[in-house]
Order: sequence, then C-alpha cells, then structure tokens
Amino acid sequence: MSSDVRFTDFKSDKQPTWCPGCGDFGTMNGMMKALANTGNDPDNTFVVAGIGCSGKIGTYMHSYALHGVHGRALPVGTGVKLANPNLEVMVAGGDGDGYSIGVGHFIHAVRRNVDMSYVVMDNRIYGLTKGQASPTSREDFETSTTPEGPKQPPVNPLALALSAGATFIAQSFSSDAMRHAEIVQEAIEHDGFGFVNVFSPCVTFNDVDTYDYFRDSLVDVEDTDHDRTDYDAAKDLILDMDKEYQGVLYQNEDAASYEQAHGLTENMAEIPDGAPDDATDLVREFY
Amino acid sequence: MFDNAQKCRRSTFQKPFDLPLERVDNIMPADFNWAIGGEAGDGIDSTGKIFARALSRAGRHVFTSKDFASRIRGGYTAYKIRTSVDRVQSVVDRLDVLIALTPRTIDENRSELHDGSVIIYDGERTTMQNATIPDDVIGLDVPLKRLAEEAGGAIMRNVVALGAACAVADFPIENLDSALQKRFGSKGQKLVDNNKEAARAGRDYVQETYDHDFAYDLDTTDEDYVLINGDEAIGMGAIAAGCRFYAGYPITPATNVMEYLTGRIENYGGHVVQAEDELSAINMALGGARAGARAMTATSGPGIDLMTETFGLVATSETPLVICNVMRSGPSTGMPTKQEQGDINQMLYGGHGEIPRFVLAPTTIDDCFWKTVEAFNLAEKYQIPVYLTADLSMAVTEQTFAPDAFDMDDVEIDRGKVVDEESIDEWQNEKGQFKPHALTDDGVSPRALPGTTEGAHMTTGLEHDELGRRTEDTEMRVEQVDKRNRKVETAQEQEDWSPREFGDPESDTLVISWGSNEGAMVEAIDLLEEEAISIRFISVPYIFPRPDLSEEITSADDVLVVECNNTGQFADLLEHDALARVQRINKYNGVRYKADELAEEIKAALAASQEATQ
Ligand SMILES: Cc1ncc(C[n+]2csc(CCOP(=O)(O)OP(=O)(O)O)c2C)c(N)n1
Ligand code: SF4
Ligand SMILES: [Mg+2]
Repeated sequence: MSSDVRFTDFKSDKQPTWCPGCGDFGTMNGMMKALANTGNDPDNTFVVAGIGCSGKIGTYMHSYALHGVHGRALPVGTGVKLANPNLEVMVAGGDGDGYSIGVGHFIHAVRRNVDMSYVVMDNRIYGLTKGQASPTSREDFETSTTPEGPKQPPVNPLALALSAGATFIAQSFSSDAMRHAEIVQEAIEHDGFGFVNVFSPCVTFNDVDTYDYFRDSLVDVEDTDHDRTDYDAAKDLILDMDKEYQGVLYQNEDAASYEQAHGLTENMAEIPDGAPDDATDLVREFY
Repeated sequence: MFDNAQKCRRSTFQKPFDLPLERVDNIMPADFNWAIGGEAGDGIDSTGKIFARALSRAGRHVFTSKDFASRIRGGYTAYKIRTSVDRVQSVVDRLDVLIALTPRTIDENRSELHDGSVIIYDGERTTMQNATIPDDVIGLDVPLKRLAEEAGGAIMRNVVALGAACAVADFPIENLDSALQKRFGSKGQKLVDNNKEAARAGRDYVQETYDHDFAYDLDTTDEDYVLINGDEAIGMGAIAAGCRFYAGYPITPATNVMEYLTGRIENYGGHVVQAEDELSAINMALGGARAGARAMTATSGPGIDLMTETFGLVATSETPLVICNVMRSGPSTGMPTKQEQGDINQMLYGGHGEIPRFVLAPTTIDDCFWKTVEAFNLAEKYQIPVYLTADLSMAVTEQTFAPDAFDMDDVEIDRGKVVDEESIDEWQNEKGQFKPHALTDDGVSPRALPGTTEGAHMTTGLEHDELGRRTEDTEMRVEQVDKRNRKVETAQEQEDWSPREFGDPESDTLVISWGSNEGAMVEAIDLLEEEAISIRFISVPYIFPRPDLSEEITSADDVLVVECNNTGQFADLLEHDALARVQRINKYNGVRYKADELAEEIKAALAASQEATQ
C-alpha cells in the first residue's frame, strides 16, 4: 500500500492545541511528508514522543505511537526498533526532553547508532511548563526561573552528537518547509541514527529565537561547498558559535548500524506456542 | 620441605591422629558440609562450583551458599556446599571440611567447625604462617602451591586442594575429572589434563602423608542432576517463555540473569542490550514490548527505584512487561552482596498514583523457572507490569534438581488478546480506528502489534480514552481506572494463586513465609518433628494477587510469619487480609535462614507465646 500513501495519512483526526504560529506545526508536517516520501505507512511506522508541547506530536500524527515519560523517548524507540527492525521508528521531543532530563540517553543513542530518526523540536525554551530556561537557552535569556538569564553557556547538541560518534547530524528550520522535509527524509534514509535538530520557534515564551531571527541568520550548507562526509569540516561548522547552519552537516555512511553489527533482522514478536524446540539443550548445559 | 609448615605447626598444629575415630563417627551426619574460603580474587567461586558440579555429576544432591565480604572488613569470600544423597534445601551451621586459603577463613567459620572437622591449608603460604588451627579440628597442611607448580602452574592451587578434599571425603577423584573437563574443556585438553594431575597430587599427598581414615564417605548414585542457580533459572525460564528482548543495567545480584541470557537468547532470535542506566533499561524493554516482543528487564532495589516512574507508564499504557527484582539488602546501597526481602512495599506500592500490577515471588530455584514462564503469560494476558522477585540467596546459589524439574514440554504460552488483520474490525470504532484501551467486561482490551494493517494507534501515560488519546473527561477517567482494576479482579478469579503447603495440615501451629525461605523451613519442619513439634507450613509464591489465608490464620493457635526483613512487610499484609494478629520472625543481618537456626527460632517463639498465655 506504500506507493499511494499520502502525507495526510499520517495525520490523526485530533486537532492540534499548539498556540497559533507555533513552530511545531511545520516541524510535524515535514515529518509526515518525509515518512510518506520514504515509502512508509502508518501501520509500519512507530513514533515515540517525549513530554512537552513537542511531545503532543504523538497524538496529532497517525501511526503506532507511544507518548511516554519525560526524557525517555529514545530508549523506547531503541527497544521498538531492535525488537522489530522491520518497523520505521521515529523519535521526537523537545530540547528539554532530549538535552536536559534525557541527555544521558541522547549520548548513548548516538553511540549505539540504531537505525531510526530522532527529531528534536528545539525552541530553546520549556514550552509546556510555560517558559523556563532550557539547556539550549542563551546565556542571558531571561525567564521566570532565570530572571537574569541562565548565566551558563547553552549546550551545543550537534557537538555533543559529534563527540559521541554520530553518523548523521543535521539541522533544519520548521518554516523552511521544503528543506526541513528533505532533511528529515535524509535522516530516515540514513542507515543508522539520523539526528535532526529542528529550530521550531515558540511564539509564546521565546521572543529571542524567533522566526525572524532564524530566517535572517540561517546559513544552508547546501549553499556552501561543505562536504558532509568531511569530519573536520563538519566539526568546524558545528563549533562555529557565531552562525546557525541548516542542512546535513555530517554523515558517515560506512558505519554499521547497531542492528547490522548485531545481526538483528527478525521480528521478535514471533515466537513458538511452547518452549522452543531445542530448549532442552538449555537444561542439558547444567549437567 | 616442612620448614614453613613447621613454623605454622609450632604454635597451632594439632595432629589429626590424636583424635579417637569413634568420636568422629558419632557426629557424622547424613549430609556433608564443605567450604572453600579466601580472598576475593582467589578463584573461590569457580573452585567451589567445580566441586559442586563434581558432586552433582556423582549423583549427589547439592545446595550451595556464598559468603561475600562479611562480619570483619576486607575481601573475605567463601563458597559453601551441603551435599547428601537425599535432597538438600538449606544450609546448616556446620562444616566438615574447610579449605582455608587465608587465616581469616578459619576465624570466620570457627563456630561451624566441630570435633573432627578438617581444615585443609597450605602451611607454606606466607599469610598462613600465623593461622591458628583450633584444637579440636584436624589440620591438614598440604603444600597446595608447590604441588600445583609441579603439575604445571601455581594457579591450580585450589584444584590441588579439591584433590585433597576428595581424599578426606573418600570421594572418587574421577568425579572431579568430569567437572574439570566441563570447566576447562574449552581452553584445551592440556589444561584439563594438568588440572586432573593437580587434583591427583593433592589426593596422593593427603593419602601418603596422613595415614588416617577421616570417616567421611561420600557415596555416589546413578542419578542425573542439573546444578543451577536462581538467576540462571529465571534466564532459562525467560527463553523458554519466548522472551526475546532483554534490556538491563548491571547490578548485583541480578547481573547473572543478563549474563545468562547474553550468548544464549541470540540462538533463539533474541537480543540483550546493556542500557546506560535503569531508566533506559525499562524504557527499552517497554519499547520492545510495544513492538510485540516478550520483553524483560532485571535489576535490584536501587534499579527498581529508578524504574518507578516508567513502571506507572507501563501500567497505564497497558503494556505487558516482566520486571525482575532480585532483592538485596537496602535501603540505598545497603549491603549489596547480602540477603534481604525488603522490597515488598516498594513493589506493591512504588510509584505515584494507583498502579495495577502483579507481584510473583518464586520460593525455590525450580520455581524461579516456572514463575518466570507464568509472569510472561500473566503480563500478556492482562497487559500489565509483572514484578518477578527473587532474592540474593536464591539468585546466586546453586542447587541440584532432577532435569525433569525443567520439563520444556510443560511450558505453555498464552499471548492473550492479540488481534490480527481479520479480527481487527471487531475492535474498531465507526471511523475504523483501533481501540487499544477498549472498555470490556473483563477489563482486558485487544492488542494490535505494530505492523498489523489498520491497527495503527497511540497510547500514552496520560489518562486516555479507548483510542489511547489524552482525555480529562471525568466519566472516561473513571471508566479507564475501573477497567484497569477490573483486569486484576479478572485475574484474581481466573488464575491459580494457591500457596504451597508442607508439614502437618492438622497442626495448631501455622508458619507462613514467602520467597526463598521455603527450603530452610521445610527442613526445619523435620528437625522440629524430631522434637515432637508439629507444624503446618504455608509457603506463598504470590504477593499480589495473593491467596486469602484468613481462615488458616484465624483457626491456628500460633501463626508465625518468617521473612528476611526487619518490619515484617508480608506479615503486615496477612494481618490486613485476616484482620488478625500474627507473630513475626524476622532476620535482617544479611544472611539467609538456615534450617537448624530457623527451627530454634520457631521453638523460641512458641515457648514465648506459651508463656504469654499462661
Ligand atoms: C519527571 C518530570 N519532570 C518534570 C516534568 C514537567 N515537564 C513537562 S514538559 C517539561 C519541559 C519541556 O520542555 P521541552 O522538552 O523543551 O518541550 P517543549 O514544551 O518546549 O516542546 C517539563 C519540565 C515532567 N513531565 N516529568
Ligand atoms: S507554548 Fe510555545 S512551544 Fe508550546 S505550543 Fe505554544 S508556541 Fe508552541
Ligand atoms: Mg523546548
């Protein structure tokens, strides 16, 4: 059925309750397009959503999905994918979900290189809890819990990923609909952990990292001569704190995914009606 | 050649030959108790296991226990074996032969040694120079290291000691050969042969140097036994039950479950992931289960603490998951290598809000296998998290069983209400949307595994409607809570939650315990019987749901509840169920109950209660 799947098939009949103008609308549209364009359909797709405004995506999309606890979406996605490698697994969540409470899992998911995609809806704020500093908030960004700004540098998620051995690092902007969908599509197509940090502005609680700001400052690596397979070049872009880049900054197509490395291909849901035929061998071992 | 040994002897050595043989014979019990002790790193565990295997292959029953660091600080560790031709289910306070690699090993076990016990030690070992061999004990100085070197390497020192022990126990050395073959076979025949030679050197040395009949005679039988510990039984049960996805984070004493599965589950199409922490482990397992695999994680108290938030998610999203808690001494890091049954409250009540769950607590090592199978069936039939709890003493110690205790033909798999492409329409609403949390009479909803056509659905830790979507509708909230609890009621009615019964059903004295205390208690019944004290014993493998013992409790004169914790968490539950008081026998010093000790405790409790009523 995959050939005639349209991206709207991935849309549920639940109306989003995001604030009008929220970046998450565009982020979600791009994800649905990318899933449809890669030949997936809702019945073979599993979306794992974090907790936050971003995490509501699990409800607004239509697929097999779990909306779990705050910060633990990546381990859930890992479990789904390893248990049934035939499924398309996409994990999505916010910057707080992924880079604060869940940052430990982020590093290890990157290292593990399971063949799934991870879309972080980075609005540089805690949206759902109504406007506290997030790990990507600027040093001087005033919020209800940081009246004079966090006074600590924001994390650089792309650098974290690179240092953890990422095989696919990308960044996109929710309102550049075409490019965003393309980039997520590439993350899906990548044989390994496809990580996309999406600038997905919060129009209600972040008046600094706005649409205008990103529109004015983003540099698309496609418009430069950047070679995404060049690790050092990628490192230079990622560590360049003066600019915001869009596109696939780094890709290593040679690394084996976790499933390839461990020879995982089968759907583990399929088991015999009783103990496996040769299960008595297990008992024999204890003689 | 005796220079060093002489030094040791000067102050301490008692010649074995001084002991009149009759005395030894008189105190010779039907079973034989053996131990090897030394420092962590001395290879105590693997040596102990070789001897246990040798005994088991010789058709003898074996029950082992391990002492890790203990009363005195430092790296003391010991492996103890109780063996008999009859079934043994407990350790006792008694040692017949002790291989002491350090002086401390002797100190630690002083109280268990008796007239005629034998200590095998290496008087040439520098650290043994100031060892004191107690007067009533037979000290056999055997140059373990030197003989090992002659046989091919000092590392075989412990095997020389095993050979010496064979001589003392009149145990044919050939039985050791097959255990050595199993242990070292994969490393080449040469190594096996060297070890066999080392064992013979130890045996010959004792036979030649000490011309003495030690009065121990380990009979062999033609029985075939398997030698297995609780963690291994759980791992084996998991594979048998179709568990294919395991995620875990190492923690004593649950790590063995993960280590057992690693390298084996792959042969059945499964996989083990070492997660970065327990938060991740349970979420991975949850993911595996949502994908449709039978999934499990195993941990101990500290890991359970970390998993608690997700535990609620598992229950709310109605995901079948088996969470194995191999209990150890708490709170906090507690005594990580010590026995305790302190987590009942944690497993029953842990987590915010009201979380339906099952808690299974196997009472023996073979029961660990069967309860694991049952846990997977219950999890899938009721789409609920199931705690499967063992404790340290059962998890890490080996025991012999007839192989048919693990008859794979008896393993039944029930996957519950899984729908397929044909049956899915019954569970869709008028818009064709699948209802993963459909309200049903028995509380159990259908399950569509990912990949099932037209089954796509979400679920969430938020309260949700039948479609799995968030709701704060007051009616739906109540309906979903009721539905989840209805599953528990259904299970209570439809499943068998019976306890296991032992002793005299007519007795006025009722002893109740849960988990691994069963073995010691069963043997204690025999000991008490010898003193004309009859006991009815109920061993409970189900914490929740659990059998209703109100009638048994209220009709008995004395009710004693035995458990390894301080407050009597299970006793609390029984009092709540029966609306009656029970007496508590608690142990929380980190060591499991021993049969003889438990018999004494029960006698004392009965005496105290008699006094109170007079
Ligand atoms: C364990 C836990 N702690 C705190 C919260 C409250 N909480 C919900 S969402 C959130 C932050 C969300 O920020 P982010 O991940 O950036 O998502 P956004 O709302 O910005 O999309 C917090 C702190 C929670 N749900 N769970
Ligand atoms: S608060 Fe911000 S992030 Fe949340 S929905 Fe509104 S605009 Fe979006
Ligand atoms: Mg955010």
